[in-house]
This record gives sequence, C-alpha cells and structure tokens, in this order.
Amino acid sequence: MDFPQYATTSHLLTWIIFTPLIGVGLILLSLAIKPIFGWSKVVTDTIARGTGLAATAVVFLLAIVLGVGYADQPGELAFVHHFVWIRQFHIEYFVGVDGLNVALILLTALIGLVAMVASLPWGGRIEEGDHPHFSKRRVPGYMALFLILETGILGTFCALDFFLFYVFWELMLLPMYFLIGVWGAPTRVEGPGWIRGGPYAAIKFFLYTLVGSVLMLLAMIMLYYASGPAVLADGTVSEHTFNILYLAQMGQAGHFASAAPILGMAFSKVIFVGLFIGFAIKVPMFPLHTWLPDAHVDAPTPISVILAGLLLKTGGYGILRFNFQILPDAAHWAAIAVAILGAISIVYAAFVCMAQTDLKKLIAYSSVSHMGFVLLGAASFTDLGMNGAMFVMIAHGIISPMLFLIAGVIYDRAHTRDINSFGGLAVKLPEYAGITGLAFMASLGLPGLAGFVGEIMVFLGAYGATQTIFKVIVGVSAFALVITASYYLWAIHRMFLGQFNQKWSGLWDMNWRERFALYPLAVLTVVLGFYPMPVLDLFRNTLGSMAASIAALNLPGL
Amino acid sequence: MDLSSSLRAFAPELVLTATIFAVLVADLLMRSRTDRRRTGVLIALSLIGAGGALAWAASLLTRDLTATFSGMLALDPFAQFFRLFFLLVALVALVMAALSDEISRSRLGEYLLLLLTVTLGLTLLSSSKNLLMMYLSLELVSIPSYVLAGFKQGDRRSSEAALKYVIYGGVASGLTLFGFSLLYGLAHTLDVAQVGHQLAALQYGPATLLALVVALVLSLAGFAYKVAGVPFHMWAPDVYEGAPTPFTAFLSVGPKAAGFAVLIRFLLTAFGDPAGATVPWNLILAIMAALTMTVGNLTALVQNNLKRLLAFSSIAHAGYLLMAVAVGSWDAVRAVELYLVFYMLMNLGAFLCVQVVRDRVGSEQMAAYVDLRARSPLLALLLAVFLLSLIGLPPLAGFVGKFYLFAAVLQARSALYYVLALIGVLNSAIALYYYARVLRAMYLEKSPADQLQPSFSLSPATTALLLLLAVPTLLLGIFWFPLADALTGAATLFH
Repeated sequence: MDFPQYATTSHLLTWIIFTPLIGVGLILLSLAIKPIFGWSKVVTDTIARGTGLAATAVVFLLAIVLGVGYADQPGELAFVHHFVWIRQFHIEYFVGVDGLNVALILLTALIGLVAMVASLPWGGRIEEGDHPHFSKRRVPGYMALFLILETGILGTFCALDFFLFYVFWELMLLPMYFLIGVWGAPTRVEGPGWIRGGPYAAIKFFLYTLVGSVLMLLAMIMLYYASGPAVLADGTVSEHTFNILYLAQMGQAGHFASAAPILGMAFSKVIFVGLFIGFAIKVPMFPLHTWLPDAHVDAPTPISVILAGLLLKTGGYGILRFNFQILPDAAHWAAIAVAILGAISIVYAAFVCMAQTDLKKLIAYSSVSHMGFVLLGAASFTDLGMNGAMFVMIAHGIISPMLFLIAGVIYDRAHTRDINSFGGLAVKLPEYAGITGLAFMASLGLPGLAGFVGEIMVFLGAYGATQTIFKVIVGVSAFALVITASYYLWAIHRMFLGQFNQKWSGLWDMNWRERFALYPLAVLTVVLGFYPMPVLDLFRNTLGSMAASIAALNLPGL
Repeated sequence: MDLSSSLRAFAPELVLTATIFAVLVADLLMRSRTDRRRTGVLIALSLIGAGGALAWAASLLTRDLTATFSGMLALDPFAQFFRLFFLLVALVALVMAALSDEISRSRLGEYLLLLLTVTLGLTLLSSSKNLLMMYLSLELVSIPSYVLAGFKQGDRRSSEAALKYVIYGGVASGLTLFGFSLLYGLAHTLDVAQVGHQLAALQYGPATLLALVVALVLSLAGFAYKVAGVPFHMWAPDVYEGAPTPFTAFLSVGPKAAGFAVLIRFLLTAFGDPAGATVPWNLILAIMAALTMTVGNLTALVQNNLKRLLAFSSIAHAGYLLMAVAVGSWDAVRAVELYLVFYMLMNLGAFLCVQVVRDRVGSEQMAAYVDLRARSPLLALLLAVFLLSLIGLPPLAGFVGKFYLFAAVLQARSALYYVLALIGVLNSAIALYYYARVLRAMYLEKSPADQLQPSFSLSPATTALLLLLAVPTLLLGIFWFPLADALTGAATLFH
C-alpha cells in the first residue's frame, strides 16, 4: 500500500491546543508566588480570571487564523504537525485539520470563549442564593480545570494519531468531574436513598464515560495489532500504526474487514461495536444517555454550555472519524441499527422533554433528541445526510449553549428553574424573553434559523438512503418535530406569557456579561440559518466523498 | 563463572550484607546515646549502604553476568533490573520509616536492619534459578517480614497482622515446598532450567500429568501468596492495615514485585512457552488473574480505611499484572517490568500520603481526608496525582503501564486473552469508583462544623520525597520511551 507522507507544515494547531495549558501554568505560578508577594485572594482570583479569559481569547483568535487559512483549501489536510513521539508502539504526535474536524475546532474555540465569559462575575451583579455562586468559589482551581478541559477538547478534535486522540479524550474526563462536582449544585436529598447533586452527577458522568473509553482502549489496541505495516513521520517503516489516516486508508481498502475474527465474530464488527459504545455514551444515544440529565442539570452554567456544545460533539465526531472512516464495512452493517437508535433518541427524548418542569432538564433532554439527528444523518450514507449530521452538530453546538446560558440567566436571578413557578416574565424581562424566544425557535427547527438547516438536510438525506426502512425511520422522527415544537412553545407559554407572577417583581433584565455571551451566538444562529454555505463549504467535500465511498462499497456478505 | 567473578557480580548484595551488620553493631554500640543522635547515624548508615549497593548494581549493568555460584543464582539483565528496583524501593522505604511516627525512635535500628534483610532476600529471590535457593530466599523475605508486620508493640491490630501473616505464610511456604519436592521427584534436579529440560523430555501418562499439575499448583501457592493473588490474598488486607504504614508501603511493592519476578522465571524456565507447554499454566494464571482483580476491586468499593482500600487496590493491581504473566511473551514480561516501575512510584506515593495524614490527623479513615485540599493543598494534590495514576488516566504513568499490559494481552490474539482483557478493562472502570471516593472526600466534601479536622503543613523532607515520586509519575506518563527501551533489553535476556 502506498502511504502519503504527512510532513509538518505548521505549528499553529499545537499552539491552539496548548495555549490553555500555558494559562494553567501561569495560574499555578501565581499561586506559588502568592505568599512571596503577600497577595490576597482577590489578587490571585483576578489573575486567574484574567488568564482564563486571555487564554481562551488567544485560542479564539488563532482559530480564526486557522479558519481563514483553511477556507481556501476545503477538504484537504492542512496545518499538519507531525513527529514521532514514542517509537516503541509507533506512537506519533500527529495533529492536522481536514474537513471532518475543522468546523468543530472553530466551534470549540468560540464556545470556549463564550463559556469563559459566562464564568466571570464581571459586567453585572450576581445575587447569591443560599449557596455561593460558582464564579466566586475557588477561582484559580476552576480556571485551571476549565483550561485543561479546553486543551482536552481541542486535542481530541485535532489528533490524527489514535493514541494521542485517546490521551486527549481521557484528559477531558477529570476536569469535567471536578467542575461538576465542586462548582455544581450542592448535594441534596430528593427522597429516601435518592441523593442528587453535583458530586453524584460528577461520578456518574465519570463512570459512564470511563466504561466507554476503556472499551475504546481495547478496540484501539486490537486495531493497532491488526493494522498492516506503514511508515512513521521520519520515514522509517513501522510494523503497525496508530496513524488514523493510514488506518482509514487500510480500512477502506478492506484490510480490517478481512482480519482474523475475534471470538468467532468478524473483526471489524467487534471493533465497531467497541468504539461505537464509547462514542455513543458521549453523544449520548438512547439507552446510554442517562448520565446526561444529571450532569447537565447539576453542572454550573458554563460547564453545561461546554458539555452540550462541545463534549457531545466529540462523540459524534468519533463515530464519523473512527467508526465510519476506518471501518466502512462494519458501518454499512450497522447502519440501520444506528439509524433506529438515533430515531429512538429523537422521539423518546422529545417525549421526556414534555414531562419536564425543570428548565435545565428540559434543555438537557432536548440535546439527546437533537443529537439523535447526528446518528440518523450519518447512518444514511448519503451526501446530504452526512453533511446534515455535521451541520446539526455545529448548529446544536451554537444553539444549546444559548439555551443553557438562558437557563443560567434565570437561575442566577430567581434561584429556581421550575418552569411552572414563572409566568408573564415577558413584561418584566422583555430582552430576555426575546432572546429565549429566538433560541427556542432555533432549537425547534424554525426555518431561517440554524437548527432547521441541519435537520432538513438529515431528513432529506435519510429519506434518500438506499434502504427502504429509512423512509419509515424518517417518518417516525419527523413526528418528533411536532413534539419538540410543542414542548418549547408550552415552556414559553408557561414562563413568559399569561399573568405576571408578582413573586418575581424583583427580577432584572440581562446584563452585559450575558449579552456578551449570548448575542454572538444569536447572530450566528440567524446568519447560518439564512446562509449556511461558509460552514458547509468547510466540510462538504470530505463528507460527500466519504458518503460516496461507503455507499459504493461492494461488500460481500454484509 | 568462577567464584571470584561470581563474588564480583554479587558485590551489591555483599554491600547490603555489610550494611546490615554495620547497622546492627552501631545500634548496639550507641545504646547509651540520645535517640536523636543515634537515629541520625543509623539512617545515614543504612541509606549510604543501600545507596552504595544501588550505585554498584547500576555500574554492573552493562556486564554479562549469567550464571553465578555454580548456577544457583542468575545475575542476568532480568535479575539486575529487579535488583535495582528493590534497592530503589528500599531507599524510599528507609526514608519513609525515618519520617514515620509509627516506628518508635528507640527501635528504629531494628526496623532498618530487618528491612535491609528483607531487601537482600528480595534480590536473591529474583535471581534464584534453583528450587532450593528460591525456597530459601522466599523464607529470607518472609521471616523478617513477620516481625516487621508486628512491629508496633502493644498494638493489637499490628500483632494480629503479624500472626495472620505468619500462619498464612507458613501454610503457603509449606505448600510450595511440597510442590517443589514433587517437581524434584519428576525431574530429579533442583536447577530450574534442568527441570524444564527434564519435564519436556518426560513421557506423560495420566498419572505423571496429574503429578505435574499438582506440583505446579502447589508451587504457585508460595508465589501467589507473595503477590497477594486470589485465593492466597486473604492475609493482605489485615496485614496491610495493621502493619506500620512505611512497612505496608514496602510490602505492597517490594515482595509483590519479587513474587512476580520469581513467578515469571519459574514458569518460563521450568514450564516453558505457554503455547507448547504440557500443562496449561497460562489458563490457571488467567483464571487467577481474573479472580484477583475482580475480588480486589469489588471488595475495595466498600472500604473506609485508606490503608485497607489501598490493600485491596494492590490486590487488584496484582490481578492486572498476573494477566500479563499469563501471556508469558517477552513483550508481556517487559510490560510487567514497566508496570512495576510505575506502580512503585504511585503506590509508594499514595502510602506516603496516608502515612502523613495518619501521623498528623491520627486516623486512616476516609473522614480524615474530608476537605484535605483546604487543610493541606499540596498533599491533597499529590495524593490525587497518585490515585489518578492508579486509576490509569493519561497523561500519568499508570495509564502507560496499563496500556502496555493490555497491549501484551491483546497481542496474543486468542479467545482466552480477549476475554481476560475485557474483564481487565471493566475492572479498571470499577476501580475508578473507589479511588474517586477519596478524591471526592478531599475536594468535593466539607466536614460538618463540629468535626473539623486539623490543618497541617508538610516537612521539607516529606515534600521532597513526595515530589520525587510524583514528578516521575507525571513525566513518565508523557515520555517513557527511554525507560521502556532499556527494559526491552532486561526482558529479553533471561537464561
């Protein structure tokens, strides 16, 4: 097999990935020298916040440079940084941008900055409830973990070496555990033996995702040993490889379809299932989604934003990058199951949303529902469907952070998220009501807003899939749109319309911090709703050719 | 190799023996001096001795030292790796003993002396290539260990620990001895390599085969006892909990590693490559591995005493290691060695943290760790690093170790090992829960206002030792190539 050499062309990605870690270093340094200069807590807190904001802003600016640079060469592999890391297992440091990850890297930089803005206590008063506000507690720790998390997510999207990918993938877990556990909701008893709250949600998240990732570890090692000889960055021949692009090349040539079976089952199918479980937990797909409502509800607002906006996308990205790109034959085999599970997620979660009275829980379940579109679209193996899946990820990555920020706005003021306790808020908080309306409409898929574009592409793509059953699946899923519209409209009805509840006469409208976080996302939602081409152009070629190559596979016995 | 060159290769052990005598004599001569003065001299003496032995052993590394003392000992790269390993562990354990409040100053001399004796036994155990020598060094490790486990005079749990250790140890070593005698009966030789040749040449009827299986299973008892593998693990939790913490730390790393060293040498030389072996020893070990990690992890879930929790965790880690021993390939041996190095760093580190909390707060219970991050931020951070490494999260050394183990298991590509690896990874996910309980206590919980635990600072020596263990845990997780490369040599040169 001929392997193209991917030579280092730029160090930009490495800077993007590790800039947050430099911030972590500065924060730790400020803590170390704190006693020397006799600084107070206020000084180190301000340094930590400033460093956090600066680091995420630098990442954002570098990402814009990346996006502008990449726009001329869509579909190509660019900004490669590639060298041998550990020779023994042919592990390399290999990062690069191609059609699959470019949009997600840009999204990460944007949402990272937005979540950071939402983590600061500046630009508006914060009224503390009976529990101190997360933005004022143990600030250096929060900022350091936030930045480690950002490095983890960026690395996950950029890595093109499976081992490196795994390291970054696991790096996301630990900061998330602490961010939910320490800065999330305090432990509360909801009934006998029914203890909920940040610590519970954090360990649940950690355990679920770790089970997924250890299965991924096994699949990764098995894939490595089944891979054929390849070359390393320095040109030496390697017996096996972790290089994702080479693995994909081998997979598409049928190398893994014909590998020795595992416990009597076809190799590629076993690997597919192992990887898929790991990614599906992150997506999250029914029935592996139960960690998500807990984690989202009990996490502090900016962390919910990152969870919904970015972490879920790592799952969808993993499925496209690994399951579909490396194991196309098994993807073919599993397509209908994946589509059905996606459809169940869409419909089931929509119904669950109907029953929610907690605003954040409603939004959390709506994420499960929307991420179902990613699975459905990707499994259709049509040009439109796969592009739609990616676009749903981007659109959801913009809209769901808005929704969580909105939930945070009202919680910071009223210290409750119970939808039924509000009423007529539009009178008192017109600006907030407006932006909530926009976000809800975007999420329910109103034409002209970003959410619609992805969903319609998925539906059209899936309808055009070769298997007839997809037409049924699309029909069932489309029904969920009605449910989605009704739970959002009903929520608006209960919160903003009707008789104003005098209990809330002390509330005040949005402040500048919230505007800084929300308006850029709102603008993007509208712009991408009318003109999605700049984003679509980034990945159109890659996903289109991927769909074509999988659909064209003439696979024996599948 | 003649006697004089044998002795030259054996120099580190001789240095160690001389140190033991020097400590003994100094302890006796300085009876009248103040405790402070005497402990200083004794610790300096034993550190210099162990350090000297380590330096000498390191200088011998490049030499070819195959069979010494008429084939009783093999100072091959494999044994040399373990010799360095044990001396390093001993150095850390000596410093830990010096820092601990649990070892009374007036008896520190005895403690150091016994610890050095165990270390000598460990180096002998990992280089023995004769059944008799193996048995003798096994006992040389065990007998001083019994004393050390019960070192806290007047402490009931410590005495109980010693008693349990003696009884289990006695039974296990008796079984091993019986197994060895059966092997001798079959092979008519005590030299392990010769045993291998003889067994391969034997004509097997049902009776001989049965005798061989019985001999193998019985011989494994003593080794399994040392590594704390199920079903010979039952002593571990009580002994770990009762013994003085610095010794528990040593016990969880040193004798366990020696158990693995002798197990690997014994199985690979006497019973040979698992693929062509007469007895399915890899199956026996695979079952033992699966049981060991599952029992260790599941029991650890409900522990509230940190020493007990780490005891069960160390049983679980023995299970992961046994998994690779069951594969029996050279890559697996290298994975075991690499894992042991990482395990040494993180486990000694975790026990050192437990020791500090015990000395400062006076408890080993989970409650003593609540809100530790506010009471001693650096200690909490370092304990978190060690525990995360034990979980096996990248980019810490524990992950790399686990990766090598699982890679070695999956490389074998057969049904048995696929199932074993699956059990292994699910276990490592279960393990997260109990390690995370400690993290949760330290970082997520606050003690009720009426039960506030004291804040404390760390002594410079403790901080230095903790950092010496933590920094490599982090750095080796990011770049471990030189170490792994060096071990590739140590794993292949064996006979």
